[in-house]
Amino acid sequence: MSNEISKFSDPGLPEHVHRKTDTDPKAEKRAEQQVAILFVLSAFFTVLTIYSYIFIKTNTFIFLPIMGDTNAHQFFLGIGLAGSLLFIGFGAVHWAKQLMPDTEVVAMRHEMRSEDVDREDFVQTVKERAGTAGLGRRSLIKRSLGLAVGLIGLTPLVMLRDLGPLPRKQLNTTSWTKGTRLVTDPGNRPIHVNDLEVGAVAQVLPELPTGTERTLENIGTDAVLLIRLRPEDFQLDSERLSWTHEGIIAFSKICSHMGCAVALYEQQTKHLLCPCHQSTFDVTRAAKVIFGPAARPLPQLAITVDSQGYLVAQQGFTEPIGPSFWERSS
Amino acid sequence: MKKSEKIAGSVANYVDERTGAAKWLKKNLTKVFPDHWSFMLGEICLYSFIILLLSGTFLTFWFDPSQREVVYNGSYAPLSNLTMSASYASTLHISFDVRGGLLMRQIHHWAALIFMAGIIAHLLRVFFTGAFRKPREFNWLIGVGLVTLGIVEGFLGYSLPDDLLSGTGIRIAEAILQAIPVVGSYLAFFAFGGAFPGHVFIPRIYTVHVLLLPGIFLALITVHLMLVWYQKHTQYPGPGRTEKNVVGYPLMPVYMAKAGGFFFIVFGVTAFLGAVASINPIWLYGPYTPGQISAGSQPDFYMGWLDGLVRMAPPIETHAFGHTISWNILIPGLIIPGILFTGMALYPFIESWITGDKTEHHLLDRPRNVPNRTALGAMSLAFMLIILINGGNDIIATHFHLTINQIMWFTRIGVIVIPPIVFVITKRLCLSLQRADRELVLHGKETGRLVMLPHGEFVEIHQELTPAQKFILTQHEQPEPLAIPDTDAGGVRNPAGIKGKIRSRMSKANAEQVSAPSETEAKAIDGGHH
Amino acid sequence: MNFGFKKVASYRRHRFAAPALIVVALISLGTTFSMASALTGGPHMVGAEQTTLVQEGKEIFARGCSSCHGINAEGGNIAPALVGVGAAAVDFQVGTGRMPMADMSQQAMRKRPVYNAEQTAALAAYVASLAPGPAAVNDAQLTFERDGNTAQGGELFRTNCAMCHNFAGQGGALSQGKYAPTLMGVEPKHIYEAMITGPQSMPVFSDKVITPAEKLSIIKWIKAAESEPNLGGASLGRVGPVTEGLLVWTLGLGILIGIAVWLAMKAR
Repeated sequence: MSNEISKFSDPGLPEHVHRKTDTDPKAEKRAEQQVAILFVLSAFFTVLTIYSYIFIKTNTFIFLPIMGDTNAHQFFLGIGLAGSLLFIGFGAVHWAKQLMPDTEVVAMRHEMRSEDVDREDFVQTVKERAGTAGLGRRSLIKRSLGLAVGLIGLTPLVMLRDLGPLPRKQLNTTSWTKGTRLVTDPGNRPIHVNDLEVGAVAQVLPELPTGTERTLENIGTDAVLLIRLRPEDFQLDSERLSWTHEGIIAFSKICSHMGCAVALYEQQTKHLLCPCHQSTFDVTRAAKVIFGPAARPLPQLAITVDSQGYLVAQQGFTEPIGPSFWERSS
Repeated sequence: MKKSEKIAGSVANYVDERTGAAKWLKKNLTKVFPDHWSFMLGEICLYSFIILLLSGTFLTFWFDPSQREVVYNGSYAPLSNLTMSASYASTLHISFDVRGGLLMRQIHHWAALIFMAGIIAHLLRVFFTGAFRKPREFNWLIGVGLVTLGIVEGFLGYSLPDDLLSGTGIRIAEAILQAIPVVGSYLAFFAFGGAFPGHVFIPRIYTVHVLLLPGIFLALITVHLMLVWYQKHTQYPGPGRTEKNVVGYPLMPVYMAKAGGFFFIVFGVTAFLGAVASINPIWLYGPYTPGQISAGSQPDFYMGWLDGLVRMAPPIETHAFGHTISWNILIPGLIIPGILFTGMALYPFIESWITGDKTEHHLLDRPRNVPNRTALGAMSLAFMLIILINGGNDIIATHFHLTINQIMWFTRIGVIVIPPIVFVITKRLCLSLQRADRELVLHGKETGRLVMLPHGEFVEIHQELTPAQKFILTQHEQPEPLAIPDTDAGGVRNPAGIKGKIRSRMSKANAEQVSAPSETEAKAIDGGHH
Repeated sequence: MNFGFKKVASYRRHRFAAPALIVVALISLGTTFSMASALTGGPHMVGAEQTTLVQEGKEIFARGCSSCHGINAEGGNIAPALVGVGAAAVDFQVGTGRMPMADMSQQAMRKRPVYNAEQTAALAAYVASLAPGPAAVNDAQLTFERDGNTAQGGELFRTNCAMCHNFAGQGGALSQGKYAPTLMGVEPKHIYEAMITGPQSMPVFSDKVITPAEKLSIIKWIKAAESEPNLGGASLGRVGPVTEGLLVWTLGLGILIGIAVWLAMKAR
């Protein structure tokens, strides 16, 4: 059957159709002028660029439709640059399309594969050369070379060791200890138990001993969110309930999923939402995960008040804060 | 004219006497390039890379890649006297105290987005037209390498200003590092020089961003282009275009003018975007501190799919023997992307294994003529789009009055259900398009003109296609299923094992086609009519 | 070079005109925010006037609010009790048009107020008369122009507000379809009242946690962000990279592909 079926034959390249610019000298002249106009436009825009850079003050603002109040310096500088580049491009392409030869050219391809003779020749050469080195015969050299090359890869790995210290217990520690006062972030003011009404939140950090500067690493582990609810809203076991004080509950603000700041508290539903990956935690149930990718509740900080009525930590966090890691035990 | 020719001649002479390149140059200056808009997608990437090098160099003159704490006293009043890292402060300085600095920053960032969008569009073009087939597998692999590195380079780049949004991104990257079993916390501590965020990360990624990765890019792009040059560009099928030739315009002068002009156009469009549209307004984000966050914290679009995947992951962690494995991070953050990119890299080899096709291809496929590949591409695209949508679910929720929970559940289910549906629909669509092609070739184009025959019957006039049109619609090769025997000579079942079975099944599915009409058939129909 | 803020400052100067500033100077912040004070509408009000206002408010309440909040504001199945919420809450909810609610949607939206300023004041006086609560804020207290510190306000905003309202106060999504509204175009006094009353999903920001002076700084920063001109071109909504990605695929790649089609087209 297949012998009789013939495919539609290739009619070959279509005949070349002349452009107007090829046949009509007027059109050719016109195209030439158009290209020239485009290039001159580019030059004009370059002048605009330089003018804007030097003469338009950086604090000048103009009103533009759609965009609104816009910085004139930045706008005209950019438009100048864009115009100067675009019109060179348009000019060159227009030139190529209208005035350069537009007859399609056919070039032949060669197969990627080399000629059989060359290939044989190549294989032969490789064999010969390899033979002179005697790699096949000298297995002692081969093996010791393998060992050397294999091991040399370890050098960069070892050399990169001093990039940083070993983690040791650092992922498990924060600045919170027994009796650390909770202070506002920013402001570093201690928070009195009466400072928060029901429904209030406070972004807090541990009070650092005087003379200690707070680093970003500290904030990255210490940041805590303080929330005051009605005590009857809690659905906590007795231990966790004892970690709260008159309806005030504190959680690590560093998400147990990927470490974003979970500070988005919805007062009515009493849910905490992480804006990065939308893990949702129920504050009344010790930040139990009720939606999203987080697998663990936010660590709760046990709080109480000191003799002056200021909020303090009962103890440090009882588990590592932030995202999980291999050495984490729970 | 005469004078310029003389100058050109003496330049050529000067060069040749010193390099002996006359023959090589002559051959290459007349090199033929086929013309098609979709062949410009790769050029968009190349040119935006050059724009990135130029604008990036400009930025380095003022950028201070340091996490040293400084107090800002530049001209942007709403951040006056705040403590911030030197890299953030110097980015503000570039934006507001260096004339044209903000423009260059915006050009750099827009160019990066165009670079990535261009790579993805180029990759899709290459995939759907089968341009990755032999002998171009190496270039496909280089391309996959470039898109992967592009994502990394882009992420490092927008992390450099050390603003609140990018710092949040780095925090998430740190969490992914930390989640790697056994060595995670070590890797994180080594990368950050201690606890997050530390003081060394920005300077380190700066070196990677401006030296290491651009160097690798330059090398890979060079090889990519050399291979295109050497193997000659593919072309779309058409009359006069065969596997043995390439039809187009010579490099000098037509293609030089067009390609050179297009460089200026890409640069111009990028500068236009930089002038009219704000991008990454870091002065509004504020300096990074781990205790702050903004609603709607998203990465750039080329990372958005990854973020969407992480958002939809189920909350699973394993705690055993005093150790923790975070599947909710590892699966979406490392395992699925790993599978996706490995699969993408291996695709040309998988396809050639299934089809058994080991011949060279220089003519491109029309996507409909390879229904399985097209359907697979559409399916992957659907997968990426769904997870990308979830990456912006909060913005979508507020703008379309939906809830993030609805979108999350829609995409969680959709990411499993929709891609297979897209596969089936696309495959059916391809086959119907093939059927339509067949109708067109055999019966011509419907003209909408009705004619009354002498005996009163109305018929619609069908206009016959031109020979060129018929050729385009029928020139493609149609695959035959591989003949893999179920039993070998001795009657033992399934000699090739499970692998052979899979291959046989896939090859059969691949060969499902509407047979292309032949001239013989057309003649038979013609004969029947008259 | 001072990026636009000179201009912005002059703009605000005429809006919160000089007379207001003189009144402002006379009143100290601390006393006005004393929780014990149930007085509304400022210190110049005297007893008799106050009683009529409460009476008027009671009538409006009976007509417009009692069907949901109960005849004595004791609350109902669909609406909370308003005893003790204070005048500030009423001024915020009614003054921004959130109350009365148009429909029982997920969350009350800002819309054109139903009651005018006097009626709102009357309602506030009535609710405040039920039990003490935070007093409504009057313009005289809003000395943010003079006392606020923009940069410090930005710092406070990013720590306390940006997680819901976004880095530029454009609003953002909360769970289950709730959302934090945009802060653009909101009256300074309503911003202040929202912070001290915690309307709907929003928590309360106590005066000890964010002091009145800090609240003014936050307002000053929000107003600066609101009137900040586009320093780098069209703002794209100030919602981060999502709109940037959208623009690059549509406008950016769109223009380039359009030009590529022209470039590869045969000239005629």
